[in-house]
Amino acid sequence: MFEGYTASEIGAIFAMQGFAGLSLFCVFLLMALGLAIIFGQMQVINMAHGEFLTIGAYSTYLMSVVAEKHAPWLMDYYFFLAIALGFVVAFAIGWLVEFSLIRFLYKRPLDTLLATWGLSLIMQQGFRSMFGAREVSPTLPEWLLGSWQLSDTIEIPINGLLVVGVTAVLTLAVFFLLFRSRWGLKVRATTQNRVMAEAAGINTARVDRNTFALGCGIAGVAGAVFTTIASTGPTSGSLYIVDTFLVVVFGGAASLFGTIASAFSIAQAQSILEFFINGSMAKVITLAIVIGILMLRPEGLFASRVRK
Amino acid sequence: MLAVRKLDVAYGQSQVIRGLDMDVGHNEIVAVLGRNGMGKTTLFKALMGILPARGGQVAIDSIDVTAMAPHRRVENGIAYVPQGRMIFPSLTVRENIETGLETAREKKIPDDIYGLFPVLFEMRNRKGGNLSGGQQQQLAIARALVSEPRVLLLDEPTEGIQPSIIKDIARVLKEIRKMRELTIIVSEQVLHFALDVADRIAVIERGAIVYEGARGEVDAAHVSRYLAV
Repeated sequence: MFEGYTASEIGAIFAMQGFAGLSLFCVFLLMALGLAIIFGQMQVINMAHGEFLTIGAYSTYLMSVVAEKHAPWLMDYYFFLAIALGFVVAFAIGWLVEFSLIRFLYKRPLDTLLATWGLSLIMQQGFRSMFGAREVSPTLPEWLLGSWQLSDTIEIPINGLLVVGVTAVLTLAVFFLLFRSRWGLKVRATTQNRVMAEAAGINTARVDRNTFALGCGIAGVAGAVFTTIASTGPTSGSLYIVDTFLVVVFGGAASLFGTIASAFSIAQAQSILEFFINGSMAKVITLAIVIGILMLRPEGLFASRVRK
Repeated sequence: MLAVRKLDVAYGQSQVIRGLDMDVGHNEIVAVLGRNGMGKTTLFKALMGILPARGGQVAIDSIDVTAMAPHRRVENGIAYVPQGRMIFPSLTVRENIETGLETAREKKIPDDIYGLFPVLFEMRNRKGGNLSGGQQQQLAIARALVSEPRVLLLDEPTEGIQPSIIKDIARVLKEIRKMRELTIIVSEQVLHFALDVADRIAVIERGAIVYEGARGEVDAAHVSRYLAV
């Protein structure tokens, strides 16, 4: 598949596709983070997680429409507000979903699968009724569309840089929240022994609710990021949910570092292969590699080795 | 201080605690004795709210806590050292203690905790799961104490622990009772530990208290008969 390219061209293609892959990596990572936090703590597999990405994407779109119509002076910066809005809206809806649905199903893990899948269908139809079936795209500010000429053959898009920056900041924030804050201590205690955490005085029901909402909020940010690489439709999120599960399983469900490594390798493999062969073959090869590795390491790349 | 009235607790069809009555006074240490399967752990879980009461009432300082979730009971002054310690294995020793701070006014481990358990200070950055049984027991007591309880429940604290540490635990219990004016309820199978620490002994059999006596008046031979297998 490399015929007809010189070595330096191949180098440039790898660099540029690699950078395009970074945007995909960011969406995967943010989605998988939220999913892994929720699954890790409550053993709930949130099939509607993709729809929270869609919520973030539509929030960004709405923000851009509002900025264009009513506050043109905001156009240059609205994207940052949109990221915050995506988080807040997805967090709030996640909180409501936990409060009104999920908390009744903790003792029935299989039913949560069905219930969240149903929820995802309801939300998709909701998007369709509100925004129509056609895909929409926010108008991205001028500066975000430019690119940065690194060398004669390598061009790096600015929006990619922004996306990577946002993801890095958010991942670090989640890391500090989980491992350095009092709230994170409560989350980790509840994950390890729910009964004892409750008996030590921790309100585990409240911890659950906030954890679920946080996971959804992160998916909302993933949605804002997503608008820079594709247009948004009612089913945009559900297209990503399978890949996201793949990232979580491949990385080892309990490991933050594993999630990062696996999101990176899957996104890069897809993006670089896509350039040389078509998209579906790229997916086939990626999946085949993942399946092969999972057969050798069923717990994922970085299974936690702590005694239970 | 703690009043239990006609408490019934059951797992599905099988009733384990049957109409149990118990009163424990302020700053008193009571040992609940009984053979395996007589309902000691079930009683403690019901006092803590981990198992629901099917009937009856539990009250602390005349506040009815029967319908409260465990964390609400902790707010009302109960703390729990469960059977088997239940340390959070992949939290550090310090983090384990900090989980108990939820109801404390200051979210910082008070200095006297490490004074009571110097070994926990030495181990503070190690994972809880890597501690020995005796160290874990001390950690579980420390975690319970930082919630500033008025009633401390200890479920079989001497189980599977070497004799020298059992003595330490007895010493610590008497010390914290004096320091903090705590009420302590401790379940035991070993009579001499109970006689060492407790002001009063209550024997549980088939889910009810069948014998009670102050330390000075207890007829050890009589109580031993309840404990013999």
